[in-house]
Amino acid sequence: MSAVDLSQNNTSNGSGRLSFMRRLSPPVLALILAVILFFAGGLVNPNFVSVTSAINVVRLAAFLGIIAAGQTLVILSGGEGIDLSAGGVVTLAAILVFRLTNGENNMVPVALLVALSAGAIIGFVNGIGVTLIGIPPLVMTLGMAGVVSGTILVVTGGQLSGKTPEIMAQWISDPLVGGIPGVVFFWLLLSGVMWVVLERSTYGRQLFAIGVNRLAARLSGVRVQRVVILTFTLSGLLSALGGFMLLGFSQIVFLNLGDPYLFPAIAAVAVGGTLLSGGKGSYWGTMSGALVLTLIDSLLTAMRARIPELGEAHKLIILGVILVILLSFYGRQRSVRQ
Amino acid sequence: MSINRLQRVLKRHSYLFALLLLVVALLINFSLQANLFALTTINRNLANSLPLMVLVVGQTVVIIGGGIDLSVGAIVTLGNAILATRIAADASPGDIGLAILLTCGAGLLAGVINGLCVAYLRLQPLVTTYATSFIFSGVALLILPRPGGDVTRDLRTLYLSTPGGIPFTLWMVLLIVVIWLLARGTRYAQFLFATGGKPDAAYFTGVPVNFVRFSTYLWSGLFGALAALALTVSTRTGSPHVGDSMTLQSVVAVILGGTRLSGGQGGVVGSLIGVVILGVISNIISFANVPSWWQTLVNALIIIGALVGPGLVRLARKAVAR
Repeated sequence: MSAVDLSQNNTSNGSGRLSFMRRLSPPVLALILAVILFFAGGLVNPNFVSVTSAINVVRLAAFLGIIAAGQTLVILSGGEGIDLSAGGVVTLAAILVFRLTNGENNMVPVALLVALSAGAIIGFVNGIGVTLIGIPPLVMTLGMAGVVSGTILVVTGGQLSGKTPEIMAQWISDPLVGGIPGVVFFWLLLSGVMWVVLERSTYGRQLFAIGVNRLAARLSGVRVQRVVILTFTLSGLLSALGGFMLLGFSQIVFLNLGDPYLFPAIAAVAVGGTLLSGGKGSYWGTMSGALVLTLIDSLLTAMRARIPELGEAHKLIILGVILVILLSFYGRQRSVRQ
Repeated sequence: MSINRLQRVLKRHSYLFALLLLVVALLINFSLQANLFALTTINRNLANSLPLMVLVVGQTVVIIGGGIDLSVGAIVTLGNAILATRIAADASPGDIGLAILLTCGAGLLAGVINGLCVAYLRLQPLVTTYATSFIFSGVALLILPRPGGDVTRDLRTLYLSTPGGIPFTLWMVLLIVVIWLLARGTRYAQFLFATGGKPDAAYFTGVPVNFVRFSTYLWSGLFGALAALALTVSTRTGSPHVGDSMTLQSVVAVILGGTRLSGGQGGVVGSLIGVVILGVISNIISFANVPSWWQTLVNALIIIGALVGPGLVRLARKAVAR
């Protein structure tokens, strides 16, 4: 027995099961939890455990997961990184596609390109504000969220005219192959891309490096500002992509379409074991986090259908308690004593 | 030499930039609204702003201590629900006192939950207080499922009164300022600034870092409850979403007031100025006849400009130094 082993025994003293759970990697733990939650749903409502409802949960989680992809990158970059403009960008992208296509299938590629560019530009401006002007990310992106929703109001005048092309519903939210909707396949594809970007690219290595210690990264030749700007740009781009996908599901747009996804996306990143201080985490984690959060939501809805006394209030309380419990498993920070 | 001294003064009084901004905003507002400094106008504006002014006290303390509290809006909603159901139109002073005690107790309990999670379980403040905000909103919804309540008129009369020719609400603001200035000299305040600035160094010099972190959330819970009191007294009703928009507003006001999110620096006076600036900006927009669809954008641009200001000054200074 080495001294290190002893100290580990000391810290886990008296909470054997907890330490076992902590030794599991957060994404795996979240995934196990997702499966347990799914079958727990069967106890409440037997209809909950079926292939159709499983597919539906994964489909809903896919939208949250895609929107949370950019958030994962920004949070990994450290320096209190967070993107509160994501909700606004999701809405903006959906509205742009809705208006530009006006229901025409062959306009989709152009509209998608415009939406992605808009998202990327907003992200780029965020990045400039954070790096060159030195505004904290929370403040910069919060201000940007106001500017984006303000711009939407000015441009549309509150009149959201347009139409969603049929092809988007077909390819995104309707069953594509074997009853599974296209957005799920796309989510898997995105997860592959995210894995390559994070684990196998120079950018990914630099992202983790600046997330752990910006000064050390700079001294070893990483152009920190450039990486941060790129990260915020990617976040804007991915949020816009999420908005495009969400439009394929919702079919209509409204002025706060993306807002309900903002904090759940951040929560999905945290529940998936990515440190909010940056430098440690994965997109797998975010994906499992999105699955868990969506499952909890669906489960609580299923419970409400079964137990009429259960109101919106109980749902909120249970959701809050579960979130805190999930965070306490692996969202814990370093102690000052260490 | 003089620039260095200026920097030192700015660092010690972090609210100076906010004060400058306030003066400019007030001048613009005055040019559009001639009766801005009339007693009735001041009274009306303060009556609208006081709930947020009370709320930012707690948020400022939390942020100075190195945290953030995204549940303050939900705590306001919770307090509002308790007060609106407990104080009837013909409530006796005893009923009112009990309701206020209950509300403060609920706010403190919410603060205890947040503090335990953040300081002792060491959970990340941003997501944790976001998560607990669901719990508090849920409880508020249990207490008051639908908008309602008929809080006694007497309290509102007191709230809008002008004892000694000065609005009651202004007395309250002065009280907050005096308490803050007195509190700033205490050992607790030293601990607070040390905990937020350099937690490791503070810990090694004997500051009870975890306890200080814990206590900051008690303050935000208590001031959340008091903000709910101010809000409920002036609106006389309860509503299940009344506090939602106040959370981010409180954060913006604190930052506008010169307190940095990284902690260890700042003060309540700046945050109060921040709230007034937010109020004046919305005043300006409504009096300048900005077309309604433009209001959100103009508001956001002005706020972003105000937030970017100090950063631009820093950037310019760097460029000059080069």
